[in-house]
Amino acid sequence: MTGIEVNDLRVHFGDIKALDGLSFSLAAGKIHGLLGRNGSGKSTLLSVLAAFRRPHSGTVRIGGSEPFENADVVRDICLIRESGDIYGSERLSCVLSLSRQLRAAWDDDYAARLRDRFGLSPRKRVQTLSRGQKSALGCVMGLASRAPLTMFDESYLGMDAPSRYAFYEELLADYVAHPRTFVISTHLIEEVASLFEEVVIIDHGRLVAHEEAEALRSRGAAVTGPAEVVDTFVAGLTVLGEQTLGRIKNVTVYGSLSDDQVRAAAMAGLDLGPVSLQDLFVHLTLPGGAHSGIKEALR
Amino acid sequence: MFDDRSPIYHQIAEKIKKEILVGDLGADEQVMSTNQYAAFYRINPATAAKAFQELVDEGLLYKRRGIGMFVSPDAQKRLREQRRERFFSDVVRPMVAEARAVGVDLQEIIHHLNQQGR
Repeated sequence: MTGIEVNDLRVHFGDIKALDGLSFSLAAGKIHGLLGRNGSGKSTLLSVLAAFRRPHSGTVRIGGSEPFENADVVRDICLIRESGDIYGSERLSCVLSLSRQLRAAWDDDYAARLRDRFGLSPRKRVQTLSRGQKSALGCVMGLASRAPLTMFDESYLGMDAPSRYAFYEELLADYVAHPRTFVISTHLIEEVASLFEEVVIIDHGRLVAHEEAEALRSRGAAVTGPAEVVDTFVAGLTVLGEQTLGRIKNVTVYGSLSDDQVRAAAMAGLDLGPVSLQDLFVHLTLPGGAHSGIKEALR
Repeated sequence: MFDDRSPIYHQIAEKIKKEILVGDLGADEQVMSTNQYAAFYRINPATAAKAFQELVDEGLLYKRRGIGMFVSPDAQKRLREQRRERFFSDVVRPMVAEARAVGVDLQEIIHHLNQQGR
């Protein structure tokens, strides 16, 4: 199976530490979300996983083996990068037939169906495609590869909402029909969060959180009410952020609330609201290290 | 309001409970599969599976291996009993609070309910 183990992974570009001692493992057969701000190391991590680059130190194991220069492992890995990695002068039909030759589990009928669904003509040349159409082509190549480990690195950039939704639907349907491991990096968190079973958040090349998506979501709560009541309630809780509007205060806390706490909040007349994965992500990756305590606790 | 804070699987479980409660899903009737739910709500199948597990744990659904999930014969009765216990705290109390906030007199509410009941 194609589980992923990453141990103390380090990649640097000159003085910049793109990956700075990253360790985690991802179970096979799940859809994993990889979240991080721009420059957090997502793409570097994915290119190491796909054996496009060699780490400076640390190890990566895919299904138990190191992928770098290892044909047996690499043939099971498909990474679709933002750029698409395709020649502009080729026709779509050529691009897809090349994929067919490279990918053992490639499904030609499925590729054609996806191509039609995204409105891509096989006669067109890659360079005449719009940004969104190029991204859609990448989605077709990734899904139809049926690779045991398929990774999409911001693959739907530029795609319009109907195309993105089509991609999510196809991904889920094909995952159910042909279970395999997916890693999807994104910063369109709100939209794709519900596709993930597990979420990895990295920042500055380090692990911030790795949890089941639902567990992570239930970790945050927004407490709203009169400022002094809110302050009393959140005393002793981990506060990620706060806002005030007149006498009303809204505080985002991190950590599961007990039933007693929920009841106490209701008795005190406080509103408890959900915190979206996206808001949680923003709070957890704010610069300044104010939340390093949480990051430590999560590790 | 607490439901807003709860994970998606809990919201799905609540939806199925509601269907059982109002009788849209009858005793021993088959529930849509996890995968159908996942496709419909565009969510990870594991998340949908959690909703079903929650309902199985509460004895509201039962599993028939290889076939699917079915509504327990006493599911509606159990849900009714649960909801009746919580009716005044969950439904009436917030309504009274809202009535006070907007200045609706309790007598007015009683009058309205009597009218409706006729």
